[in-house]
Amino acid sequence: MNPVYYIYLATLLFCIGAIGVLVRRNAIIVFMSVELMLNAANLVFVAFSRMNGNLDGQTVAFFVMVVAAAEVVVGLAIIVQVFRTRASASIDEPNLLKY
Amino acid sequence: MSLDGELIVFVICGGLAVIGALGMVLSHKAVHSALFIAMVMINLAILYIANSAPFLGMAQIIVYTGAVMMLFLFVLMVVGVDSSDSLIETIRGQRLFGILFGLALAVLLIGGMGTAMSDKLDIGLNAANDEFGGNVEGVANLIFSDYLFAFQSTAALLITAGLGAVILTHREAWKPKATQKELSVARFMVGAAHPGNKPSPGVYARHNAVNTPAILPDGSLSLDSVPEPVRSRDDSLIIDHRVVSTVVELAEGEDQN
Repeated sequence: MNPVYYIYLATLLFCIGAIGVLVRRNAIIVFMSVELMLNAANLVFVAFSRMNGNLDGQTVAFFVMVVAAAEVVVGLAIIVQVFRTRASASIDEPNLLKY
Repeated sequence: MSLDGELIVFVICGGLAVIGALGMVLSHKAVHSALFIAMVMINLAILYIANSAPFLGMAQIIVYTGAVMMLFLFVLMVVGVDSSDSLIETIRGQRLFGILFGLALAVLLIGGMGTAMSDKLDIGLNAANDEFGGNVEGVANLIFSDYLFAFQSTAALLITAGLGAVILTHREAWKPKATQKELSVARFMVGAAHPGNKPSPGVYARHNAVNTPAILPDGSLSLDSVPEPVRSRDDSLIIDHRVVSTVVELAEGEDQN
């Protein structure tokens, strides 16, 4: 099977994640969409690693996973903190800097 | 076109992954989104394994569906499961333009990738995996040689992230915690709520359901004795109002029998 199909699938998932980030207003769902985009990038790394026949792609994908895990921890802590002060999980709510 | 096994795996898992991603974006409740994205991640793990990356596939299941999704569900509990989206658009037409942008991005990327990838490069990882005796050994060899600095930096990153999360969610206590003695004194202060137990519901001889209020010594009914959820129901018939004379009559009727 032609491994380019994996690239197409990853592209599709990335775009669905991008639409999720742009359209949804719930901070947690936006965050999950970001995770989906990171996963799509990982799939591209794995597919390229297989196409080029060396393991560097998989190593980079591993590092992406580590960074994504760290990002989730901090991001969710920020969401909890915003929820405590604003009692809302909507990303339109924190707009003090606008005025 | 010959039907090989990988194509079947790709169609099933890829299809499920796309369905899950669409479900994640489209579902109303955040919990459903979390479950959908867990499905996407498991399917991606299978696709990693099909791409001869068994270590990454396992790491994907353990790190993402195990740890990250657990964190998401935990925060969903804190934030409130039923926190749904507001339908007010802060920027007018954002939804429409967002969808248009996403579709345009998809067309652009898939078109660009399709032209760039037209030569079917597929060396495969069998040689690279066998060099050190397996996929895990091969990846480990790279991590601990060429990528050693990056690997050690991730240690600093993870510690910083953990500390950051602790500091962000920490709340300073700005008044001392009340001791048991202070709580007890506050309970018996003038104007405080009833100090003892509330009367328990259902003290009639014939009827002890929770919707039966207790009768106080003066013969009146104590609605405090009926649990709050029963009391707050918008139905006046739910509470069994029987005055003390009815109970006396019933008791005398039993004596005569």
